[in-house]
Amino acid sequence: MDLLLEIDDLHCGYDDHAVVDGLQLHIAPGKLVSLLGPSGCGKTTVLRAIAGFQSVTSGEIRLNGKIVSSPGMLVPPEQRNLGMVFQDYALFPHLTVSENIAFGLRRQTAGSKRQVVDRLLELIGMQGYGKRYPAELSGGQQQRIAVARALAPQPSLLLLDEPFSNLDVELRERLAVDVRELLRSQNATAIFVTHDQHEAFVMGEKIGVMNHGRMLQWDTAFNLYHEPNDRFIADFIGKGSFLRGELVSADCVNTAMGRLSGNRAYPWPKGTPVDILLRPDDVLIVEESPIRCRVTDRAFMGADTLYTLRQEDGVQLLSLMPSRYDYAIGSEVGIELDIDHFILFPPEPVVETVSAG
Amino acid sequence: MHEITPDLPAVRPDRKAGPSTGRFNRWHLASGALALLVAVPLMVVFSGWLQPSTEVWSHLAETLLSRLFINTIKLVLGVGLGVVLLGVSLAWLTARCDFPGRRLFDWMLMLPLAIPAYVMAFVAIGLLDFAGPVQSALRDWLGVGNYWFPQIRSTGGVIFVMVLVLYPYVYMLARTAFLTQGRSTLEAAQTLGYGPVGVFWRVALPMARPAIVAGTSLALMETLADFGTVATFNYDTFTTAIYKAWFGFFSLQAASQLASLLLLFVFLSLMTERFTRSRGDYHDTMRSALTTRFSFQGWRGWGITTLLGLFFAIAFIAPFIQLCLWAFAAISEELDARYLGLLYHTLLLGLLAALVTTACALVIGFSRRYQRDRLTALTATIATLGYALPGSVLAVGIMIALTQADNLIHAMLASVGSATTGQILGGSVFALVLAYVIRFMAVAHGPVETGLSRIKRSVPEAARTLGATPRHVLTKIYLPLLRPGLFTAMLLVLVDTMKEMPATLLMRPFGWDTLAVRIYEMTSEGEWERAALPAITLVMVGLLPVILLVRKTLQDR
Repeated sequence: MDLLLEIDDLHCGYDDHAVVDGLQLHIAPGKLVSLLGPSGCGKTTVLRAIAGFQSVTSGEIRLNGKIVSSPGMLVPPEQRNLGMVFQDYALFPHLTVSENIAFGLRRQTAGSKRQVVDRLLELIGMQGYGKRYPAELSGGQQQRIAVARALAPQPSLLLLDEPFSNLDVELRERLAVDVRELLRSQNATAIFVTHDQHEAFVMGEKIGVMNHGRMLQWDTAFNLYHEPNDRFIADFIGKGSFLRGELVSADCVNTAMGRLSGNRAYPWPKGTPVDILLRPDDVLIVEESPIRCRVTDRAFMGADTLYTLRQEDGVQLLSLMPSRYDYAIGSEVGIELDIDHFILFPPEPVVETVSAG
Repeated sequence: MHEITPDLPAVRPDRKAGPSTGRFNRWHLASGALALLVAVPLMVVFSGWLQPSTEVWSHLAETLLSRLFINTIKLVLGVGLGVVLLGVSLAWLTARCDFPGRRLFDWMLMLPLAIPAYVMAFVAIGLLDFAGPVQSALRDWLGVGNYWFPQIRSTGGVIFVMVLVLYPYVYMLARTAFLTQGRSTLEAAQTLGYGPVGVFWRVALPMARPAIVAGTSLALMETLADFGTVATFNYDTFTTAIYKAWFGFFSLQAASQLASLLLLFVFLSLMTERFTRSRGDYHDTMRSALTTRFSFQGWRGWGITTLLGLFFAIAFIAPFIQLCLWAFAAISEELDARYLGLLYHTLLLGLLAALVTTACALVIGFSRRYQRDRLTALTATIATLGYALPGSVLAVGIMIALTQADNLIHAMLASVGSATTGQILGGSVFALVLAYVIRFMAVAHGPVETGLSRIKRSVPEAARTLGATPRHVLTKIYLPLLRPGLFTAMLLVLVDTMKEMPATLLMRPFGWDTLAVRIYEMTSEGEWERAALPAITLVMVGLLPVILLVRKTLQDR
C-alpha cells in the first residue's frame, strides 16, 4: 500500500536548540495513530511541521509521495489538504456553526455546502445547532464542531492537537471514543497528539512515545505497557516499580527475592547489574509466601486495590489485587512474583546525597 | 508517576506563527520604516544644536529662555499637583464611597475630557475676566471696588484651566485602580481598625500609586504639548516660543533648538513615570467585583453631592452653556460657507489621518504578532513613541526633514535640466497628515493591539489548514474580528486630529484652515463669540470617544 505520510530524519528547532531530533514516521491511509509524550517533548512541533506551520532544519516530509517540507522549502498549509483540530478549538467566533463548518468548502454551490454541513451536524449529533454562534455552545459541543469543520473538506490527513485537554475528565473519555468512531466511520487517517496515555490508547491503533524530540517506541498500547524498550516509557506509561538484580545468564537474574527468569534474553555480560520492571499485576500478595513486606499505603480503585508495599531493606513495590482481598495499612503480608514480560533495564545512575560537614 | 500539565500555546515563546522564516523579512522592514518615521524628526530636532548658533537664537536666549524655563516648571508643578489632588479625591469618592447621585457622577466626571484645553481657556477668560458676566454681576450687586476677584489672566489662571480639562486622566485611571483593588485587602485594613481615611492613606492610595502616576504623566504630556491654552493666556512657554521663532523670525533652526529643550521636559516626565512604577506588583489576584463602600448618609452625603455638583457645573455645564450662548449670538454671521469649508477640511484631514494611522497601527500589530524578536519589539516601541512628541516639536522636525528632501529633489530635477523652486513635500497635505500619523500612532495602536490579542493564534491557523490563503485570512478572519477595535482606533484618531492645534497651525498648506486654526485666530483677537461655533463643534465631536469610554466603564462596573 502507498504511504500517505512519510517523515524521514526530521529535525526542527530554533538556533541551537533542537525541538525535534531525527524523527521517522510512516503512516498508511486509514490509520489512526497517536503521538504521546510529556509537554515539551516535541510532539506538537511534529504536528505543526506536518501542517506546514513549522519549518524543518533537516530531513523531509512527504504527503502522498510529494515533498511538502524540506530545509528551505515549505508548501503553505492551505495547499496541503490537511485538517487540523486545535487544542483551543479555534472556532471562528464571528461565524455561525454552519459557516464554521462550511469555511473550508470553497468552489462549491450553496446547495452542496449545505448538504455537507447538514450531514456532518448529523454525524456529530448536533442537528439544529447550525445557526448558533460558538460562544453559545458548551466546550464539548465546540470540540465536536471543530472536528466536523476539519473533516468537511475531506482532508487526506487529520491532525488533532490535544483536542480534549480543555474538557473535564468524564466528558473527555466519552468524546474520545465518539471521535474515534466518527473518524473510523469516515475511513479517515488521523494523527492524534496528547500527553494523556488513556486518550492515546483510545485513539491510536499504534502509538508513538516521544521524549526530548525523539521517537522512543512505535508500538501498540499492549506492547508499550508490557514490553517498553526504554526506561522512560516504562516509567511514563502505567504504574510500576523496579527491582535491582544481577544478570546470571541471558534470561536469568539474581535478586533479593531470589532468582527470576523470563521470556526474553538480554545480550549483556554475566554480572551486569539490572533493574527488573515489575508492573503491579506482576506482584501478588500470597499470605504464606516467605518474602515478607509491610503495607504502607493502599488506594481503593473499585474492582481492584493498589497496594504500596515496603520490604525490610527499603525496596518499594506496587501490587494490584482484587478488592475482595483486604489488607490494612501497617499489616505484614507475603508476596510472590508472577512475571509475564521479563523487562530489564540497565540501572539508573545513583546520585549520592552529600551531607554537609 | 508523572504529573503533566497540558502545554498552553500562550506560554510557548519559541513558536513561530507563520511559515515566514529568515532573519530579516518584510515585517521587519515595515515596522522599521514606521519607527524611522518617528525617529527621523526627533533626530532632526536635536541636530539643530550641531549648526552654528544664529542671531535669532542668541536674542531668544538672552530675552526669553529663563522665563520659558520658569514658566514651564511652574505650569508642570501646578498642573501636576492639581490633577493629582482633584483626580484622586474624585476617584476615591465615586469608586469607594457612596452618596446620593454617585452613579451619575461616576461617568459625568469624565465628560470634561471632551473639551479641548484651548476652548476651556477662552471660555474661562470670557466668563471670569473683568468685563465678563461673572464680575459684571458682582459689580452690579456689590458696587465697583467693593469686591475681590482673582485675576484670571495669570499663572494661576492657566493652571486652573488645564487642571479642569486634564484631571479626567488621573480620575479614570485612579478610579479603575480603586475599583479593582482586592476587596479582602481593604477589608483586612478595616478589621485592623482603620476607617475610611485610614484605609485610604495606608492601603488604597499606595496600591493605586502606579495608576495615579500614569494618569498624571499623561496629563503632563498634554500640558507640555499644549499651545492653544498658553497662547490664549499670553503665557510664554516653549510651544509659543517655537511658534514665534517660526512665524516671527522665520528661523526653523531656533525653533528646533527650542523644541529640543521642550523634549527634555517630556523625557524627564516620562522617566519619572518609568522610575516610580517599576517595583512591585500591585494587582490583587483575589480580585472580587463586590466591594463594600464607605457610605455617607444624611447631610454629609448631600454635602458631597452638592460639592460635586458645583464642581461639575464649573468644569462642564457652565462652559458648555456659555459656548452655546456665544455660538447662538454669532450664528447668523458665522454659520456660512466658510464654516462649512472649515468643517470639510477638518473632517477630511481627520479621516485621512484616521485611515492611514490605523493602517500603520495594524502593520505594527501584525509585526509584533508574527515576529516575536527584540528588533520588532524595539521598532514597535519607537513607532508608538510619537504621542510623547508635542505637535510643535513634530512640526519643526518634519518641516526641516522635508525641506532637506525638497532641496534634494530640486537638485535632482536641475541635473536633468528642469529648474524648479519652492516647496514640494514641505507645506503639503502629505506633510501635515504625516505629522498626525506620527503623533497619534500610539492612540490607534492601543485598540488594534487589544483586538489582535483577543484573536487566538490558532484561529488564523485553522483557517490556513482549511485552505485559506494569507489574503483570505486577512479579509475573512482578521478584519471582521478586528472591526470594533479598528472602529475605535479610527474614531480616536479622527477626534484627536480634529482637535489638534499646534502642528496644524504650523504646517497647514494654504487654504487648509481647520476649526482649531479658526479658534486660534479668533481667540488671539479676543473674539470669543466668533470662536464659539467651531469650539462647540469640536466639543460635540470630542464627546463621541468620551461616550465610548463611558459605555465601556459602565459595562465594567
